[in-house]
Amino acid sequence: MVATEQYVGSPVLRKEDAKLLTGQGNFVDNQSMAGMVWMALVRPPHVHATIQSIDTAAAASMPGVVGVYTAADLETAFPAALPMVWPITEDIKIPTHWPLTKDKIRFAGDAVAVVVAETREQAEDAAEMVTVSASDLPAVTDLEEAATDEVVIHEDLGTNVVVHWSHGGGGDQSVFDSAPVIVQERFTQPRLIPNAIEPRGCLAYGSPAAGEFTLVSATQIPHICRVGLSIATGVPQSKLRIIAPDVGGGFGSKLNVYAEEALALALTRSIGRPVKWIETRPENYVATIHGRGVLHDCTLAGTEDGEIQGMKFVELADMGAYFQLLTPGIPELGGWVYMGPYDTKAYWYEFKGIITNATPTDAYRGAGRPEATFVIERLVDAYARRIGMDPADVRRKNFLPPSAEAFASVMGLSIDSANYEPTFDRALELAEYDQMRKEQQARRDRGDTKQLGIGLSSYIEMCGLAPSEILGALRYVAGGWDAAEIECRPDGKVVVRTGTSPHGQGHETSWSQIVADGLGVTPDDVEVLHGDTSVSRLGMDTYGSRSASVGAEAVARALEKVRAKARTIAAHELEVAEDDLEWTDGAFRVSGAPDKARTIPELAASAWHAHALPADMEPMLEGTAVWDPPNFTWPGGTHICVVEVDTETGKTDIMRYVAVDDCGNVINPMIVEGQVQGGVAQGVAEALYEEALYDESGNLMSSSMTQYLVPTAVEIPSITQDRTVTPSTTNSLGVKGIGEAGTIASPPAVVNAVIDAVSHLGVSHIDKPASPERVWRAIRDAQGGAA
Amino acid sequence: MTNVSVTVNGQSREADVEPRTLLVYFLRETLGLTGTNVGCDTSTCGSCTVLVDGESVKSCTMLAAQADGRDVTTIEAMAHGDTMHPIQDAFHRNHGLQCGYCTPGMVMAAASYLQENPTPTEEDVREALEGNLCRCTGYQNIVKSILDAAGSMSGAPETTRA
Ligand code: FES
Ligand code: FES
Repeated sequence: MVATEQYVGSPVLRKEDAKLLTGQGNFVDNQSMAGMVWMALVRPPHVHATIQSIDTAAAASMPGVVGVYTAADLETAFPAALPMVWPITEDIKIPTHWPLTKDKIRFAGDAVAVVVAETREQAEDAAEMVTVSASDLPAVTDLEEAATDEVVIHEDLGTNVVVHWSHGGGGDQSVFDSAPVIVQERFTQPRLIPNAIEPRGCLAYGSPAAGEFTLVSATQIPHICRVGLSIATGVPQSKLRIIAPDVGGGFGSKLNVYAEEALALALTRSIGRPVKWIETRPENYVATIHGRGVLHDCTLAGTEDGEIQGMKFVELADMGAYFQLLTPGIPELGGWVYMGPYDTKAYWYEFKGIITNATPTDAYRGAGRPEATFVIERLVDAYARRIGMDPADVRRKNFLPPSAEAFASVMGLSIDSANYEPTFDRALELAEYDQMRKEQQARRDRGDTKQLGIGLSSYIEMCGLAPSEILGALRYVAGGWDAAEIECRPDGKVVVRTGTSPHGQGHETSWSQIVADGLGVTPDDVEVLHGDTSVSRLGMDTYGSRSASVGAEAVARALEKVRAKARTIAAHELEVAEDDLEWTDGAFRVSGAPDKARTIPELAASAWHAHALPADMEPMLEGTAVWDPPNFTWPGGTHICVVEVDTETGKTDIMRYVAVDDCGNVINPMIVEGQVQGGVAQGVAEALYEEALYDESGNLMSSSMTQYLVPTAVEIPSITQDRTVTPSTTNSLGVKGIGEAGTIASPPAVVNAVIDAVSHLGVSHIDKPASPERVWRAIRDAQGGAA
Repeated sequence: MTNVSVTVNGQSREADVEPRTLLVYFLRETLGLTGTNVGCDTSTCGSCTVLVDGESVKSCTMLAAQADGRDVTTIEAMAHGDTMHPIQDAFHRNHGLQCGYCTPGMVMAAASYLQENPTPTEEDVREALEGNLCRCTGYQNIVKSILDAAGSMSGAPETTRA
């Protein structure tokens, strides 16, 4: 069957759905093996303490216990500590991070021992019997306090201030002293807990005799895990297979090489039995990475009539007690978007990374860019208020000019393409901006209890990680390429192996749309395989909105190789020159004689039986591409939030939320819309509800799902969406990426709206999350305590 | 050990379990019905939702022993062969799932709710889902799916994706 429909650009329903909807998902916790044992970690109730001794005897004698292991017992199991792959400066101080801590506990969650037992209950029960005697030290979870070094968490480093990275600046820095208007603001952004609904978990097995091991893990990054875990455990990469089965969401929290993965591998190697570990939710809250946790001092230089001349940001970033895979690089990822979509002439950004007695931070959806966008957009609003201009007018006045081509930016990298104003106009139109402003004025005039606020957020993202050469210059140890293999089977079906590792993003569907169009088949004829290092040999996995712009582009490039080979075989069989062939209606046809044709399934069969191929041609119709992008991609857009704030209770209700995004060309608009909806929900959560709070002694107070407010369907609004299309110049598909846009754009849109609703009462600042209590206090304080 | 005998998806199943065994682990581990997921330890997330005597229950809040003599339906029984239940079909047509981890719980919660209220408003559906967390979708398409399913189950013309 020849398919002539165009699939790219259509809302093709997902191939992934059937098994997930019927309870046949292959999540790691659904897998077990003969002889399998369970692992449980011992995380003592200390935050910062020196370990005197660990008593494992009682635990070891519990029913079903196979073994109890401390760091000392596993000394030889780990030739290297857990990897951190982004030493962003030459003089960065890197805390050593072993899978089990040796002499000191440095955060609530730092594991000191691991128990292996026949069942999960037995392992968990025995873990509670391990006793640790440790002397507590003062704990520090506050950023500025930690930066004073009164309490140093890693004595060998001599300081908690372990890294200082400066962008180096762009443009004429003198505007920060000389501009007619200088706006200075300080913004704090709390720690967030990613909360993928599937906790982490893994299952390790293999043959100690052969030295070969497999790890099934709820991870976003099987390929990077293979490299990282090989370094930590000493299993050669050639003998280490990592499988990411169905994975229940990640948002960056599964973009890591974790202690438990290394422990499960080391233990299966020493015990010779499959070892399984499934994280509990309380464990997830302390032992899986957190996001955000930053403090910015911001300066905007501008004119009285709304021209932004300079933007300057100095940040303190909470690293937590150790580095995880990318920890110090996360603020730097934001370090290239601090101009937002604006044509500022001067740019400055620097940050210091601070070690604290808290869970390590790392990539959480957006990774550095939400932190940046939040402070930029709050600062632009503060500027607008200062000069008495409408925030929409300030933004419009400052957008970078449109460009279909890549162009140099003040921050030093080249932006792939841009056209911000049409996106902005569409958002204003959908939000009925002018009408909302009138309604706002009417409510203010009447002195209504419920006041209206309108919040704008125009953003730019740096996605499509990443050009390897730039990564090298930024001292990242790996490359940013990705890969795809396409294999045309003789029955007309097609197998695609992608190096991306989806966990909800629908790559099986989107990639098969691209391949179907290129080969004249249907998406159902295409099988997309992923997430197993023995199946998709080559890849760099899924994070940073890179999968479409790097991974799908690799698919498109492999497709071109397959088509070129197919064309050669068709010309040979039809006895014409290749130039006499046209690709029409899903087949190579002889120009002027369209009935003389070969389809891809026909050519795949020819290439498979290989009875009469052109001389010197290898059998099989297949192609592989490894693609390294020449640039990042730079999506942008405008989100507008309209809220109603009850000035008596401080409660915020979202009345309207408009998202207009430009992620370039779109492969599957249904999936793109879904990504934005989910991203906005996480950003609304960040703006209004979520915050990981520590008490004075460094214990996590928001330690379970009942205390940490992940919003439900009642709190999250339906949103109105549209798109503009400015194709990327970085890849042939013209795609820019959409996985993080919603989370990047929405927090400032919502918080700006809340402040806007009460700004006439004298409020100019409310921290995230803008809880009813915070809003109420802000109003009361602005009114001199009289509210 | 306690002996429990439960009708699960129309079949009577019996086993000796530890008294502290939760229904969700009885389903997942004793019976191998792994479609019901576990997402928390605090009865918050709803991933583990099943039907007990036709009503939605978070199976991590009930002991297997408490289900003794009762009728349990899990996600595995919703489709017939390759024909999906109208709620499952609506989730598919409306992109009501991304990673799919919350999905079995969402489908079961919706099945129970639509029995109770076959013609809900959007607000009704949102309130009915208050015990089920999803981190991927922002709920918008889940709500849309359930409203769509309500339409198709009550015999009204099916709405398709706009
Ligand atoms: S696992 Fe039952 S509510 Fe979360
Ligand atoms: S689809 Fe991933 S948690 Fe709901």
